[in-house]
Amino acid sequence: MASYERTFCLQVPSSTENLALIREFVSAIGEQAGFSESETMKLALAVDEACTNVIEHAYQNEETHEVTVRVTVDEEEIAFEVVDRGRGFDPTQEPVLPVEELIRRRSSGGLGLRLIRTIMDDVQYRIVPGQMNELRMVKKRKPGGVKPEPGGSR
Amino acid sequence: MTRNFLIETRNHGNVRILALRGFLDAHTAPRFEAAVEEELREGRSRLVADCSGLDYISSAGLGVFMTFIDEARAAGGDIKLASIQPKVYQIFDVLGFPALFDIQPTVEEAVARFETGTREG
Repeated sequence: MASYERTFCLQVPSSTENLALIREFVSAIGEQAGFSESETMKLALAVDEACTNVIEHAYQNEETHEVTVRVTVDEEEIAFEVVDRGRGFDPTQEPVLPVEELIRRRSSGGLGLRLIRTIMDDVQYRIVPGQMNELRMVKKRKPGGVKPEPGGSR
Repeated sequence: MTRNFLIETRNHGNVRILALRGFLDAHTAPRFEAAVEEELREGRSRLVADCSGLDYISSAGLGVFMTFIDEARAAGGDIKLASIQPKVYQIFDVLGFPALFDIQPTVEEAVARFETGTREG
């Protein structure tokens, strides 16, 4: 059991314009949690991909909804939950095609999920019918990696 | 947002250079897509994406390269990538792009590859 846990939450309108804001939010927490610049960028990319999926698929590019990103940091891992109230869209059920096949199809569908699966250690999707959809992505800390300082100071 | 995305185009002989600056995500990718589409429509299929100023790319941006690469090659050209920052290169690398796209350390080397007719990385 982790001896401490910190949670951060960001809620933004469902527009791709806010992807930059979401990445900055994730990057700031990743850095504070002790992840390297390279790792932090990959975490921000995975969350960007998850939020893009929500905006484009769950909300069909309607900008009047909300996307929530919740981040929980403890000694073992950093966990991201991307929550929406749109049309249930389970990205983990989408086929992950080789890049060569996507080029043949002139499509980038599934590329975001491939990135998410490559970057994260665990990816799960949960639908609460009529209430919300949640994509949970977990990244374990590397053994011997930098641990966060209790209290959040750097 | 201050952290946006810009494309500057210039010619290098008969090769068209598209210098990408900033953040290429689902919000900004449509502009890049329109720019590449216009180049191909105008008959310019020898393209080099100068990525030295590119700070970030997500699947939406990668998708633009994937969508047009076959069309450019069918027209006798290519879309080569040059001068990618290491933090951005890791994203191309994760997806196996170096085996499918011609990625060069500098714009000059990418342009030279057109002259020698070399395509694959």
